[in-house]
Amino acid sequence: MKMNFNFKLLRVGFLILCGAIFTASVFAQERPYFVTYSHEMEEPGNLDIELFNAVGTPRRGGNTFLGSNIEFEYGATAWWTTEFYLDGQATANDSTIFTGFRWENRFRPILGEHWINPVIYAEFEDTSADKALREVVGHDGSDDFLESNADARTDKEREMELKLILGSNYHGWNISENIIAEKNLSNDPWEFGYAIGASRPLGLKASAHDCTFCAEKFQAGVEMYGGLGDRYSFGLNDTSHYIGPTINWQAPNGLTASFSPQFGLNDFSIPRLYRFGLSYEIDQFLSRVTSGFRHGGGQ
Amino acid sequence: MKMNLFAFACVIALAMQVFASSNGAWLTKVPAKEHEKTNPFRDHADAVAAGQRVYKDHCSHCHGDNQQGNKKHPQLRSARVQREATEGDLHWLLVNGSMGHGMPSWSKLGDPQIWQLVSFLKSLH
Repeated sequence: MKMNFNFKLLRVGFLILCGAIFTASVFAQERPYFVTYSHEMEEPGNLDIELFNAVGTPRRGGNTFLGSNIEFEYGATAWWTTEFYLDGQATANDSTIFTGFRWENRFRPILGEHWINPVIYAEFEDTSADKALREVVGHDGSDDFLESNADARTDKEREMELKLILGSNYHGWNISENIIAEKNLSNDPWEFGYAIGASRPLGLKASAHDCTFCAEKFQAGVEMYGGLGDRYSFGLNDTSHYIGPTINWQAPNGLTASFSPQFGLNDFSIPRLYRFGLSYEIDQFLSRVTSGFRHGGGQ
Repeated sequence: MKMNLFAFACVIALAMQVFASSNGAWLTKVPAKEHEKTNPFRDHADAVAAGQRVYKDHCSHCHGDNQQGNKKHPQLRSARVQREATEGDLHWLLVNGSMGHGMPSWSKLGDPQIWQLVSFLKSLH
């Protein structure tokens, strides 16, 4: 009897959650970056669900892979955004595996908008055989992708990552710079990386009428990122670097679709990466879920 | 004892900041240059309609479809928004937000859309 009650409660909860998700989309106005973070935070109370993918083929006969993240980004306050990731990858002629999770938090220490806006980023990740390439640090390179999934999974990476995110909005342009420091919690040295991006909506003015493919619905830009070596061998050498144009489109139903072909800049890099993503933002998520439960309880 | 006093002082300071923001104290923070800014979209025929679209997409979830607000978010048909605040004041608030009180910065919309939104807000009186 109790089992039935719990199942019913679970089902009602699930339906309320689905209702909240599918009736509450909001226009996210996101930057089209895949690796670079801007200083813009998630709006308080909103939940952004994002799926990001990277497809590439490593040099020297490596197998083509698809690295994916699903991200749940929540605006805890106007100055604090928290995000949880689940990572996975599929490699041709090998296997499809779950590679781990990440939890990140971003804080804006200085409130208000300035000519340059710092954000402090802190992340814990527990991954292995990850191929989503959400950042490049240390001496990361194409050869890291040659290992079989079975071997790569034995190398567990529990890492702490810190970033200083700097961002500016100027005449419609967003310019963002990230400085990355990552420490494997085992006895590995600190590793460093960078990411920079610039983007702009194709149209700055809002149209007076609803439109699907008008310029304001598109944002385009360029991003570049790479490693900076580690504590003992700091620099741009012996690590990979990428650059590529990037674009996104805000669909009318609250979805944002993004795409970026990215190109390796040296022999350590994967020659080409194709990144694509989808995101969907739910406004005032917790309020909707709790009010849904209140209404559900009153029936 | 010193720690307790420090914690108490922090709580009081935070409470004062929240109270000040909710009381419209942000108006006193607007620099004179920003206060006097005029809306370049004031004479644009479609600025109000465009601003209404921006409002619907980004603001109505908190401030309500009819700008009525709720217990956490202020209404926008108030005397403060309609009479006390100049167009420049509203533009400054939208660019900078009032982050300690839950209002995010909307600088990502860009100046033209922010001014269109100001046109819409000022058309509500």
